[in-house]
Amino acid sequence: MNENPFLGALDWLADPMRWSGPSGIPVRTAEHLGYTALGVLVAALIAVPVGLYVGHTGRFKGLAVGAAGVARALPTLGLVTLFALLVGIGLTAPLLAFVTLAIPSLLAGAYSAVESADPATVDAARAQGMTEWQILTRVEIPLGMSLLVGGVRGATVQVVATAMLAAYVGSGGLGRYIFQGLGSQDYPQMIAGSLLVIVLALVLDLALLLLQRLTAPRGTVAP
Amino acid sequence: MSIHSTRRHLLGVLGAGGLALGAAACGSSDPFEEEDGSGGDSGSGSSDGGGSGAAIAIGSQAYYSNEIIAELFAQALEAEGLTVDRQYQIGQREVYMPELESGALDVLPEYLGNLLQHYDSEAVSATPEEVHSALAEALPDGLRVLDFAEATDQDSYTTTADFASAHSLTAIGDLAGVDEDLTIAANSEFEVRPYGPDGAKEVYGVDVSVVPVEDSGGPLTVQALVDGDVQLADIYTSDPAIAENDLVVLEDPESMILPQNVVPVVSEKIDEAAADAIDAVLAELSADDLVELNRRSTVEQQSSADIASAWLSEKGLV
Repeated sequence: MNENPFLGALDWLADPMRWSGPSGIPVRTAEHLGYTALGVLVAALIAVPVGLYVGHTGRFKGLAVGAAGVARALPTLGLVTLFALLVGIGLTAPLLAFVTLAIPSLLAGAYSAVESADPATVDAARAQGMTEWQILTRVEIPLGMSLLVGGVRGATVQVVATAMLAAYVGSGGLGRYIFQGLGSQDYPQMIAGSLLVIVLALVLDLALLLLQRLTAPRGTVAP
Repeated sequence: MSIHSTRRHLLGVLGAGGLALGAAACGSSDPFEEEDGSGGDSGSGSSDGGGSGAAIAIGSQAYYSNEIIAELFAQALEAEGLTVDRQYQIGQREVYMPELESGALDVLPEYLGNLLQHYDSEAVSATPEEVHSALAEALPDGLRVLDFAEATDQDSYTTTADFASAHSLTAIGDLAGVDEDLTIAANSEFEVRPYGPDGAKEVYGVDVSVVPVEDSGGPLTVQALVDGDVQLADIYTSDPAIAENDLVVLEDPESMILPQNVVPVVSEKIDEAAADAIDAVLAELSADDLVELNRRSTVEQQSSADIASAWLSEKGLV
């Protein structure tokens, strides 16, 4: 093993033994991505409908913005610990924390997506006899789609970078490498785990940025 | 093993919101600031020969229980008329041991096994007496350990009273007769410790797998055990939660788990009179006493100074 922990981390990653088995990198990475996807999905089921409603009607906007701001300020490790004391160890507690972490970005993405539609365009749609549901689904959402995806992007990057905390309370994911490395002063392992999380976050960020560009309606400015 | 400093290290790092690396990473105190501050003290101390006039610098780990023990030493020394300079909550062993070696610190409460492993990572488990004499060999010049206390703060295989009586368990080896898959909640580094699953298999023929819960035997680990998510948990033996939750620490007749009796590591500045004052504290510090001291901190939320002065007067030491 190399003296320099960063080079040691590269040695660690290059070892073929790390790339197989139930605690190998592919399995841990899949777990990590699974937790992230589940957290963002559950959060989206809650936050996107609420955000669309707030954006479309303009009601409860202050409440939504305020709640999102408060949720952003919650320390996730504290939430994981709190939820784990309530529901026990396992995946439920970190998942609840990831959902809480993902909601603000998704909520903000959803209502700003709807709000971004030009009021004159929305009025024109209404004047043509579109129902409110049609206005939302055929005008506001398509026009704001890249902002909506932007919310998903923000939430995903935050959750993938935080999903290591699942390992704090008995679950898997790349956090296992980080905690085990930290606990046993195996810094190459810890850094290798961190590097893997960083790479995942960058890949997901780029992929969703691409999706954001693709979903921007023609004639609008791509992000 | 460095259990205590590691758990604070972990929280400090997470609290800082980033993953710092290297031995100097330490959330709660700035090691360089400590170095400057106490380095100056030691300079003035050595200018008058490092003699009795200078203050004795007492350090502690960033671990509440360790600070209480440091405060016991501090008040016992003050009762002898000595001047004490408190430098508590220094994070990692990698940070404070050089401070002791350089003379910037004079006394720090340590734990037998952890301290030995700091100097000899190959050290294997043994009786407290054997670890104590190995330590005397391993410590660098200028440092020595005083006697160790009965009080210990070590890893354990702990289970619930119900599970223990259902399977007639008193020692770790009895687990071999339990006909179900055994899991132990512990920090993930438990997996690679000599007293982890490999050790249990080798020494006692017991198969156990680790469920990582990273709060170092704290409330989450205790709850996982009490809830029945795991059958065993690694809880530090001085933790008041053991008695509060009616838990059973399984005996370790083969000394698989490294003993962690409290032992002060001191510099040359500690003369016989000062050493006697500290030894008097250690002679009284039983395992139950340490649990009770910790309980006054975690349950009653008293300050380490109040806990120390009350205990020292109870024992007639001041």
